[in-house]
Amino acid sequence: MTTSAEPFVLNIGPQHPSTHGVFRLRVVMDGEIIRDLDMIVGYLHRSMEKLAEERTYTQNIPFTDRADYLAAMTGNLGLAIAVERMTGVEAPDRAEYLRVIFAELQRIASHAMANGTLISDAGAWQTPLLYMFREREKILDLFEMTCGARLTTNYMRIGGVSFEPPAEFWPALQELMDEMPERTDEYASLLLDNEIFLARTRNVGIITPEDAINGSLSGPALRGSGVPWDLRKAEPYCVYDRFDFDVPVGTVGDVYDRFMVRMEEVKQSVRIIKQAVEQIPPGPHKNDIPLALRPEPGEIYSRVESPRGEIGFYLVSDGTPAPYRFHLRSPALINLTLLRELGVGSSLPDAVVTLGSIDIVLGEIDR
Amino acid sequence: MARGPRQLTGTVVAQALGAALPGVVTASNDEWVEVAPDRVEDALRWLHDSDQFDAAQLSNLTAVDRYDRFEVVYHLQSLDLNHQIALKAIVTDHEDPVLPSAYPVYKGALLQEREVFDLMGIRFANHPDLRRILLWEGFPGHPLRKDWMGMVGGHTSGLRGFPFENKEAPDRIMNAGNLVEHGESLSAQTRRNVEGAQPGQGH
Repeated sequence: MTTSAEPFVLNIGPQHPSTHGVFRLRVVMDGEIIRDLDMIVGYLHRSMEKLAEERTYTQNIPFTDRADYLAAMTGNLGLAIAVERMTGVEAPDRAEYLRVIFAELQRIASHAMANGTLISDAGAWQTPLLYMFREREKILDLFEMTCGARLTTNYMRIGGVSFEPPAEFWPALQELMDEMPERTDEYASLLLDNEIFLARTRNVGIITPEDAINGSLSGPALRGSGVPWDLRKAEPYCVYDRFDFDVPVGTVGDVYDRFMVRMEEVKQSVRIIKQAVEQIPPGPHKNDIPLALRPEPGEIYSRVESPRGEIGFYLVSDGTPAPYRFHLRSPALINLTLLRELGVGSSLPDAVVTLGSIDIVLGEIDR
Repeated sequence: MARGPRQLTGTVVAQALGAALPGVVTASNDEWVEVAPDRVEDALRWLHDSDQFDAAQLSNLTAVDRYDRFEVVYHLQSLDLNHQIALKAIVTDHEDPVLPSAYPVYKGALLQEREVFDLMGIRFANHPDLRRILLWEGFPGHPLRKDWMGMVGGHTSGLRGFPFENKEAPDRIMNAGNLVEHGESLSAQTRRNVEGAQPGQGH
C-alpha cells in the first residue's frame, strides 16, 4: 500500500530557534522532502545605508556594530580601513596590532557562537553551546575592559583604535590563549567521535567549489568547499602579512567541513594573537586626524575578512562630510544565494543544519 | 581616489574588453570600465571566461543614484590570479531603469540584484525571481533613491557641513590634548551654569 499526501506549505520562523534570528523559511513539503523553499528576510531592516548618508564617516562606525552584531570588531575594522584608504589617513603600528588582536578575538567568539548553535541544530540541545559560550564570555570580558562594551564595541576608529587596553587586559588575554588549545581539544573529543553528530553533518548540504565561487560565497562557506581564499592572505590588511598562519579548507564541502573549518580557524586565530602579542610595539594607539574629515570626491570598494566572509564597504564621496552612497556588502546575505538549491530535495532536518552551517546573522542580512 | 590593493587599472581591462567585443566599452579610467548597459551580460561573460582576467566571482553588485542616472557597479574578482575588476553600467532612464541581469553568468547576483531592485528600483531583465527582499511587497517606492519621498523644504539626504565645525580653525584636530583645550571653554561654561543654579531653579 502506498500513501501519499498533498504537498503542504510550512512556515519556519520568523521566531524559531533554528533560524538564528528573525528569519523565515517558507517550505513546500511533500511528506519529509522539501519541494520548494523560499526565504523571507527583512524583519530587522533599519535602512542603514540610507541613514548613513546623513552621518559623518566616524558616526557611521556604530552602524557596523549593529549590522553583524556577532562580529562588531571586524565590521568596525572594515569601515575604518575603507575610510583610511579613501582619505590617506594611516593608523599607527600599535593600533594595527591591536586591531588584529581584537579582530581575531572576535573571530573566535563568533565561530564559537556559529558552531555552538550548529550543534544545537544537529540535536545536541544547548549543552555544547554553553561550552562554547564559556570562551566567548571571556572574550567579551576582554572587550568590556578595553572599550566598555561587549557586543556593540565601536572600538576601531579612522586612524587607530579608541582605547589602549588596560594593564589587566594582557595577563587575562595570555591566560585565555594558553587554555584555548585545551578547550578546542575538548570540543573535538566531545563531538567528533559522536556518531549522531557525524550522521547529521557528513555529506549533508554539499556545495561544490564551482558553485561556491559562482554563487559569490565567501568565508568558511567558501573554504569548506576546498577553496583556499582568505582576504587576510590574498589581500593582507593591517599587519596580517607579518604573521604565520594557515588557511584551513574542507574537502567535501558538506556541513561537517564548514564546521571543521571554523574549528581550525579558531586555532589559527590563537596562533595569530600569540604572535601579535609578542610583536606588538609600544607607541600611540591613534593618530591625529582632521576632525572635519572630507574625502575627495570619488569612490572605493574595500573589504576585510569577517568571520562570515568578505565584508565589503562601497563608499562614494561627493566631498561633503557624509558619504554620498554607503553600501555594506553583507557576506551573510550573499552566502544564502545557494540556500534554495541546497534545500530543495533534501529533508527538513538537513536543511536546518545546512542553514546553521552557513552561519547567518540577521542584523547583517537586513541592515 | 584610490583603487583597491589588488584592483586592475580600468583602462587596461577596457583595452582588452574593447578589442574582444567592439562597442561594449563606453568609457574607462584608472579605476573602472564603463560598459554599454544593453551589453552588460556579454561583457561579464567575456571577463568570466577570459583566461587573462578569469573573473570567476562577482564579489559585489550595487547601484548609486546620481539624480539623472543610475550607476550599477560590479566588482569582479579572480581567486586564482588574485585581482579585482570594477565595472559600471550607466542607466539613463531614471523613471524606469532596466538592465540585463548578471544571473546567467553569476549565480551570486541572485540576491544582490533583488536588493538593488528593492532599494533602488532598477529592474533586471531575465532575473529568475525579481521580488522585493528587505521591504514588504506593498512598500511605496525605493528608499535608496535620492528623491525618495521628498521631505518638506525639498530635503534630500546628505550632510553639507560638519556638526559643530569651526570654520575659523579648519585645521582643528581630534586628539586628547585638543579635546581638553577646546573642551575647556564648554566645561567651564557648564560648571558656571551648574554652580550658579539655585536649588529648585531650572530643570
